[in-house]
Amino acid sequence: MAEEFLRIENLVKTFGTNTVVKGANLSFNRGEFISLLGPSGCGKTTILRMIAGFERPTSGTILVEGKDITPLQPNQRKVGMVFQAYALFPNMNVADNVAFGLKIAGMPAEQRRARVEEMLNLIGLPAATYGSRFPFEMSGGQQQRVALARALAPKPRMLLLDEPLSALDAKIRVSLRQEIRAIQRDLGVTTIFVTHDQEEALSISDRIVVMSAGNVEQFDTPFQVYNKPATKFVATFVGTLNTLHATIVNASDRSVSVDGQVFRVADLPGGATNNAPLSLTMRPEAVSLGKPNGQDVVLNGKVSEVSFLGSVIRLKVDLGNNSLSLDTFNDTHTPPPGLDQPVQVSLNSSDILILPN
Amino acid sequence: MKSAKLWSWVIFAIGVLYFLGPLLATVQFSLSIRRTGYSLDAYTNVLQSPVFQQTFLYSLTVGIAAIIVGLVIVVPAAYFVRLRAPQLRPIIEFVTLLPLIIPPIILVFGYIRLYNSSSILPLTNTDIGTNILLTLAYVALALPYMYRAVDTGLRTIDVQTLTEAANILGANTPTILLRVIFPNIIVAVLSGAFLTLAIVIGEFTMASLLNRQAFGVYMQNVGANRAFEPAALAVISFVITWAAMGAIQLLARFAPKTQRI
Amino acid sequence: MSNSADTIVANTAAPASAGVVSASGGPLRALQGVRWGDYLGVAPFLIFAVMFLILPTAWLVIGAFQANDGSFTLQNIADLGTPQILNSFWISIRVSVASALLGAAAGLIIALAVIRGKLPEGIRSTVMTFSGVASQFAGIPLAFAFIATLGRLGLLTVGLKLVGIDIYRAGFNLLSFWGLTLTYCYFQIPLMILIIAPAIDGLKKEWSEAAATLGATPTQFWRYVGLPVLWPNLLGTLSLLFANAFGAIATAYALTGSSLNIVPILLYAQIRGDVLNNPGLGAALAVGMIVIAALANVVYLIIRTRAERWLK
Repeated sequence: MAEEFLRIENLVKTFGTNTVVKGANLSFNRGEFISLLGPSGCGKTTILRMIAGFERPTSGTILVEGKDITPLQPNQRKVGMVFQAYALFPNMNVADNVAFGLKIAGMPAEQRRARVEEMLNLIGLPAATYGSRFPFEMSGGQQQRVALARALAPKPRMLLLDEPLSALDAKIRVSLRQEIRAIQRDLGVTTIFVTHDQEEALSISDRIVVMSAGNVEQFDTPFQVYNKPATKFVATFVGTLNTLHATIVNASDRSVSVDGQVFRVADLPGGATNNAPLSLTMRPEAVSLGKPNGQDVVLNGKVSEVSFLGSVIRLKVDLGNNSLSLDTFNDTHTPPPGLDQPVQVSLNSSDILILPN
Repeated sequence: MKSAKLWSWVIFAIGVLYFLGPLLATVQFSLSIRRTGYSLDAYTNVLQSPVFQQTFLYSLTVGIAAIIVGLVIVVPAAYFVRLRAPQLRPIIEFVTLLPLIIPPIILVFGYIRLYNSSSILPLTNTDIGTNILLTLAYVALALPYMYRAVDTGLRTIDVQTLTEAANILGANTPTILLRVIFPNIIVAVLSGAFLTLAIVIGEFTMASLLNRQAFGVYMQNVGANRAFEPAALAVISFVITWAAMGAIQLLARFAPKTQRI
Repeated sequence: MSNSADTIVANTAAPASAGVVSASGGPLRALQGVRWGDYLGVAPFLIFAVMFLILPTAWLVIGAFQANDGSFTLQNIADLGTPQILNSFWISIRVSVASALLGAAAGLIIALAVIRGKLPEGIRSTVMTFSGVASQFAGIPLAFAFIATLGRLGLLTVGLKLVGIDIYRAGFNLLSFWGLTLTYCYFQIPLMILIIAPAIDGLKKEWSEAAATLGATPTQFWRYVGLPVLWPNLLGTLSLLFANAFGAIATAYALTGSSLNIVPILLYAQIRGDVLNNPGLGAALAVGMIVIAALANVVYLIIRTRAERWLK
């Protein structure tokens, strides 16, 4: 049962003459894992910091459980926060770091100890071994887990994570993000996760807010954001996108021409005229190598690039002035096509997206 | 958070009062030589005095000499330590700490005892010898600052890559030092140089114990005999130091830096 | 101080260098594996250091243990035990401690205000430049400046008299222990600001933000995180300030003539030959000064190294 937990209304933030957040309207449900995804400077971190209370909104409101939290100081908001740079207090050991929020809240020592132990077990760094270690004695991944435990120990109303994995090695990033998601599910705490890595956002979020230059471009589930991108920005930022520059041959029967090859698209935007240019986009996985298997669009081209990535082979096929990028799985019995080899590629016209810019 | 800002302003204001107060008092005092209102007479007296010009010139010369000797000693050492012999670094850094541990008065005492007429290097016997001794004493005083300035400059430009590039193009070490390294650290070097000058201009202890007619000694003498001129001198000396430091700040903006690609 | 990264650089920069260079071990071990050509560059520096830093000091130390006829004696050290000399050391230590404590406290507060107090951007760099100037502003000019402010006819003294406050009647005297301490603070405070500034910069913004999200007020942050992290640096800088004041003579001399018998003035008189013509005693005095200053600096170094380990 979805219950609204956090609402952002007409949120605007301006620094001097620079408007970093241009009127965001979002609603998050209790227990959801939301990612704010976008390139540097898109405003995602600013929104997070406004929720935490470190930046004052220029206008707009932030409501938690129906109450406006904008006038509250950060230390009154009961949010947990995890930073990119871990930010563990260097003069305290792991146990004291995790206990900090509890100490401030006045929890008696015995209870604190029990809660710290519980949290350290949750993140897989048992108190007996790691409790008395200091931050400088630990790896980045371990420090970040301790930071997570510290943020969650005082049972905050929500958890905010500001690019927590960006400073870590690639392998640790993948395992740690799964851990974070598992812990979040376990505890059911509403979480907002800021990242510029679309793979991260896609793999662990319930819903994603895709942002660009201060605007919310799309707010939907990973599946929808990837397969039904609302704008050109979303389509190019999330995943790879193929673009074909076509010319309309005959608007009435929806036929278009790409480098001389003619086929029909599923539908044309209103007001399309003959000989007008058109951008056709599609995901690489929508394109298959070889003869059509029920697909209605077949194109001929020449292999111009082969990248053997192990389980996946990424090919680039030249159609003339345009090229298509497609992925096929490795087949242990069949070597990948060679350079300049003529090939056929097929796709479904229903997979072709014609996007507004 | 607002109260933090208020307190900061209050503290800053008190600090300004404490530090600018004596300066203002000195300026006011220096202008009051005539009973009938403010004048620059104290300044003209001082600036026109031949002794002032003599001692100032002397200290300036000694200062520049100290800078040059300091550079000749420090730059190659810092370069080699950074590039070829990093294990010598602890020794070098210990040496640069010595002038901070050994008070100047003790250093000059040691010089007098070690290099007087009864030693193998009787520097104190001659005028020129004593001048050299004073210069070297100032080199020692400024050593920590000079070394840190040069070392910082070398760290900011990627010395190793520059050396390798110059080497491949056929340059030998002295050429590299002179024509590649030095021009690139000149801003850092200048900051060390200005600090040296600032130290030398006002220095009293060593110059007086070596019986040199330096600017610091002159200031002390004037202070013993006159009332208003010392104040003018104090202002002049402060302004010179301020100008030197300001020059450092300005130059620091033009320091070349190697970019990491 | 030299570490494996530097060693790797050494090996790659001088491929003809014979042998592997060890990264640990004392000065003797440090000399293994270095080519003679490398020595050439460092030679002037080391020669200078030996001739004009180490030898004179060593000569003095030896001289402290020599009687007038050159024989070994501990009498000079024993002579340091006279009331007058012990008193000098005691006054020196008191002035140095007082100005170090005051300078450290005031310097810390000002540095915090300027760096973390959300003041306009330009103020910090102005304060830093000024601190660079003021930390060298000692000796005669400084003494005159304070006489012009707080001397019997000083601007502030006269001004306070106009509003009815006579500080000299109340017992204040610039040419005294407290007057000297106050004057010393003029270069101690800037020195403190210069040295503690990097440490305050090292207090990451994220720490205070993390503390805030965990419910801490700014006071709680300083109490549990900020000050504890700064503490080693504070102690270390205190030692440095102490050593700085202990060796300063020019200001004291200009301010008090020789009426306040701090050790440097005593030594100055010794060197000048004003007092007894006892070079051995002079040397012993010097050694006493070196020992105290060296102790303070060693403490500073130890504390600083430990603090750096923390703040990785």
